[in-house]
Amino acid sequence: MTSKADIAIGKFLEHTDSEAASFFEACVHCGECAEACQFHLSTGDPKYTPTYKLRPMERAYKRDKAPFSSLKKMLGLAPSKVTEEELVEWGPLVYDSCNMCARCTLVCPMGIDIAGTIRKMREGYAAAGLAPEGLERSVEFVKKTSSPMGVTIKAVEAQIRHQEKATGIKIEVDKQGADYMCTFSSSEIMGYPEVLGAYAKLFDRAGVSWTISSVAYEATNVGVQIGSSELAKEIVSRVVDAAEALGVKAVISPECGHAYGAIRFAGPNLMGRQFKFEVVHIIEVIDRLRREGKIPAGKKDDRKMTLHDPCQIVRRGGLLKEPRRLLDDSCSNFTEMKYAGVANFCCAGGGGVSANPRAEELRTKAFSLKVDQLNGVEGLEAVVVPCANCRTVFEDGLDAYEMDLEVLGLSELVASTLAEDDQKQG
Amino acid sequence: MGFVGFVEGPLFYFSATIFVLAALWRLVGIIKIGRKKDISPPKASAAMGFVKGNLRHFWPRGIFAKRTIIHILGGYGFHLGLFALFFFGAYHIDFLNQRILGFSWPAMPRWAFLMTSGIAFAGLIILWVRRISDPVMRLISDKDDHIGSWLTFLVMLSGCFALEQAHDSLRATHMLLVDIWLVYFPFSRLMHGFTFFLSRGNSGATYGRKGINL
Repeated sequence: MTSKADIAIGKFLEHTDSEAASFFEACVHCGECAEACQFHLSTGDPKYTPTYKLRPMERAYKRDKAPFSSLKKMLGLAPSKVTEEELVEWGPLVYDSCNMCARCTLVCPMGIDIAGTIRKMREGYAAAGLAPEGLERSVEFVKKTSSPMGVTIKAVEAQIRHQEKATGIKIEVDKQGADYMCTFSSSEIMGYPEVLGAYAKLFDRAGVSWTISSVAYEATNVGVQIGSSELAKEIVSRVVDAAEALGVKAVISPECGHAYGAIRFAGPNLMGRQFKFEVVHIIEVIDRLRREGKIPAGKKDDRKMTLHDPCQIVRRGGLLKEPRRLLDDSCSNFTEMKYAGVANFCCAGGGGVSANPRAEELRTKAFSLKVDQLNGVEGLEAVVVPCANCRTVFEDGLDAYEMDLEVLGLSELVASTLAEDDQKQG
Repeated sequence: MGFVGFVEGPLFYFSATIFVLAALWRLVGIIKIGRKKDISPPKASAAMGFVKGNLRHFWPRGIFAKRTIIHILGGYGFHLGLFALFFFGAYHIDFLNQRILGFSWPAMPRWAFLMTSGIAFAGLIILWVRRISDPVMRLISDKDDHIGSWLTFLVMLSGCFALEQAHDSLRATHMLLVDIWLVYFPFSRLMHGFTFFLSRGNSGATYGRKGINL
């Protein structure tokens, strides 16, 4: 029987392409990446140095795949084989203390994409059954219901009815030929269902058609988080098949960080083909409609607000200007926090960390850096968090640090500050 | 043929050949591993991202200055100093002219050579002291890091001793260490001198396709 270590090593090697190899070959062990990692910064523990988290995969590569590895093995100079005990010991570094936020890449003199390589490393852990229990549980839910929280279409329909009642706008399910098919994160559907109403208001005003698929309403891709390409492909396929069956022009990825990258950038590669529709993030769509004058801004919210930059949307997704333009339109007192933009800190719950109960204490500790950022904005009344996962982590973190601050989604803010029908933009 | 002649002649050519072939082998080996073609619709050019990634990481972002300042000073002091010593030191130009290239170029004056040596030494020492004193660097460093630092240090130190050309043995020691360094280089982490462009470029290309310049 193949050992867990052999399975993991096999996957490490399979996923060490020339990109990952170039990272392993270029790292000079300068430790600069530690200065960018919020787990290291908040604990001061050197073991959270990002490049150190990759050590087992690097060792497997240097032993069995790197140029000269055979020669070094012959001479007894190759690193020793990674053992199951070492993999288990490293598990918390791979899953609990890496948000895959890529802040470390900003500071690395070699430009190493540690976040992307951790994603590949997790393939080994997941295949060997060494992923954290919390994430494994999410996988079970996804297999049963398509949602990592077990949210069924019945629950979605109930939320739709509530939002139809609240807005007076019909939300159509499985509408053929709609402009957009919207997907959501489970935590949005259950925790912030008003986002459905916000979409309804915005799209109704813009005069575009949209729908929700009864079989592919969920955007969360736990396959990406746990490190299983097979599962990630299955989840993406569900959305792609539904979108192509409905003949929509575009699929909208919600205010959820990793879901965007999972379908927009990883999706076609997982499925081995391009899609028959465009994939756009909800922030891109709203920004586009706003620039086209279809959803003019009305009276601005005058509370003092700041913006959290979800890593997978901003640093790894490239949507830096769009949320700021929308916030400028919607809020008269928008103030950036320290490190705003591409270098912002993660909420501390990205990369599956929030779905991993084992990491809870560490995550709360790492959130202290976010607390410092928020406290740095004098008189702050609300924080706009355009990612459902970040939003949940914020709610937990603010509660843990006994901070009283409103947490808002961007779509809801834009919808609530839309111009009245007879108002002009401004 | 005396020992000096041997280390400057046959052994040097042997070491230089190993250096070139093994470095090429390693670079080609990394590239040959290959990667799947990215078929997601690009937002921008990956090729431009490769170039931008390489340029972007020459200088860290200001927000990280508190920690990176030591590496910037030490790193740039050492690397630029070594580069200048190697390419603009009068003895090196003579050696390259006579042994390999057959042409020469103006050398830096002696005072500049000495000053540059000081900067390069200071840089290397700062980097090494940091490697053994900083908890993060101590945890992640391995034998290869220390051997590379010490070997380079000894090459530079023996070069300074050989500067006066007072004794053939000093020159021979310097050249012997250079020969060892040349052979060690392509099998070690010193190869970052060549692999850095692949690493920065690959990240740059991946993120560049998404319209991001990390």
